[in-house]
Amino acid sequence: MSSALDQIFVHAKHWLLSWIVGAPNWVMQIVSSLINIVALLAVFLTLFALISVLERKILARMQNRYGPNRVGPFGLFQPIADGIKMLIKEDIVPARADKVVHFLAPVVLAAVAILTLGVIPYGRNMTPFAINGGILFFFAVGSATELAVFMAGWASNNKFSMLGAMRAIAQMFSYELPLIIAVLPVVMAVGSLVPDRIIAAQGEYTLGVVPRWFVFTPWGAAAFLLFFVSGLVESNRTPFDVPEGESEIVAGHMTEYSGFKYATFFMAEYLGMFAVSGLAVTLFLGGWHAPLRVLEIVPSYVWFFLKLSTLLFVYIWLRATLPRTRVDQMMNVAWKFMLPMAFTCVIAAAVWHYAGRGLRGWLWSLFVIVVVYSALSILLDTRRKFAPRVYRFAE
Amino acid sequence: MNSIAFIIISVFTVAAALAAATLPNLMHAALCLVLALLGLASFFFLLGAEFVGLALVFIYIGAVAVLIVFTILLTRRDSKEHHGFNWSGALIALAVLCGLTWAILKTQSLTFVPPHVRALTVKQIGQVLMTGYVWPLQCVGILLTAALIGALVLVMEEKR
Repeated sequence: MSSALDQIFVHAKHWLLSWIVGAPNWVMQIVSSLINIVALLAVFLTLFALISVLERKILARMQNRYGPNRVGPFGLFQPIADGIKMLIKEDIVPARADKVVHFLAPVVLAAVAILTLGVIPYGRNMTPFAINGGILFFFAVGSATELAVFMAGWASNNKFSMLGAMRAIAQMFSYELPLIIAVLPVVMAVGSLVPDRIIAAQGEYTLGVVPRWFVFTPWGAAAFLLFFVSGLVESNRTPFDVPEGESEIVAGHMTEYSGFKYATFFMAEYLGMFAVSGLAVTLFLGGWHAPLRVLEIVPSYVWFFLKLSTLLFVYIWLRATLPRTRVDQMMNVAWKFMLPMAFTCVIAAAVWHYAGRGLRGWLWSLFVIVVVYSALSILLDTRRKFAPRVYRFAE
Repeated sequence: MNSIAFIIISVFTVAAALAAATLPNLMHAALCLVLALLGLASFFFLLGAEFVGLALVFIYIGAVAVLIVFTILLTRRDSKEHHGFNWSGALIALAVLCGLTWAILKTQSLTFVPPHVRALTVKQIGQVLMTGYVWPLQCVGILLTAALIGALVLVMEEKR
């Protein structure tokens, strides 16, 4: 019974495909891919609508307000109202803008975000786009985001847009390094770039109780934190939302966008957030595996989306809690701290592997992490005291 | 199926490359170059060399293309006036074409029957890189690190 429920979507897809059985092979392939794409879009666009209203509700709750509560029960129909509003808004394109590139930028950004969502396994046998180097695909396609942001900034022909795009690209490039290097220890420990195999490697339980998720090893915990922070930066979320700022740079690369194009940027940002969180769940939190063996009767996709929504809640929680960082401070942290910390995780994972992957390896890798991180914090401390800020380009 | 895909991809790639070579606006040309690179990457996918295709997308579209557009943006204004025929460019293009043709004709396996080569997995590539080609790999690593440090030294602000 439980396995039937677990595989219900897989069976549904096979049932749909059985309607065209006997068709040539390439027709089957295309129809099968189309089913995957439609399912992926339906799930994540619904999740986007849901999270956009939930975010406002949770933020409101944390700030002692009500939040949206006019449209529908508890304001749940707010995304529909927002969507209609965005659709019927006037679409303004600046006269001096590059029309084609201006139009393409949000499209490319959204396409990239949707493509990266494709390689994540959402449940047992539920990877929409199972490819040999799935993790590599995620980062290869994801790296086109910077180009889309540049296109938006350049084509708008506006100083704020261009400066905002430069800021966004600078921070994305700087944090892509720790993001990717934090993935390396997991890839090393599993010996594979396939997301399904990475999840399979985390499927066992130590002593039958503690799941073997990589986040429970010292190097895994450190890499997970690094990955999470870098993911925050990549998706331009508070406290790292410096590409936007009403008082300094208007809306960054989105300044000259209005109506539905602006909404597309917004959507791409959220889809990117889902993708990075989904990859974090896959790499460190055991993917669709249950936290206890008893709980494996609950379908696998439920576990995946529970973990995903936990991470998304943390994103929203951080947005309600933290103030923004300054650009130069952000860059300093990326290059001086996060990069060496990520490299340490790689070394600690190697130590863990060669010390036998048991308790001994656990303790040794903890030792490596603690020693190197303390050394880093002592060595890189500039001992600068709080002082009035010196302005270089202003008096 | 494969030959149809081949024709579609090659038309796309050649059209994008031609656009990159002929468009008057440099930024448009650079973006078309990205499309041409995407076409090349899909060729590798068609041939089953996923790793090479992904590496191409990662390095050229993710990093080099951004570098190119920023270089164009920061170094020159878009000049609309016509420069006349670019003889040196044509000469270099001809030389590259001759070199490539020579190399293609020299290969022993120039047959029109697709050879049955097993697709390399990422694991095999990694093993070869870490055993037989470890010295070239290290040299490239040192070169890139030196380039990175050099770039940092160039842009480092001088202390007053």
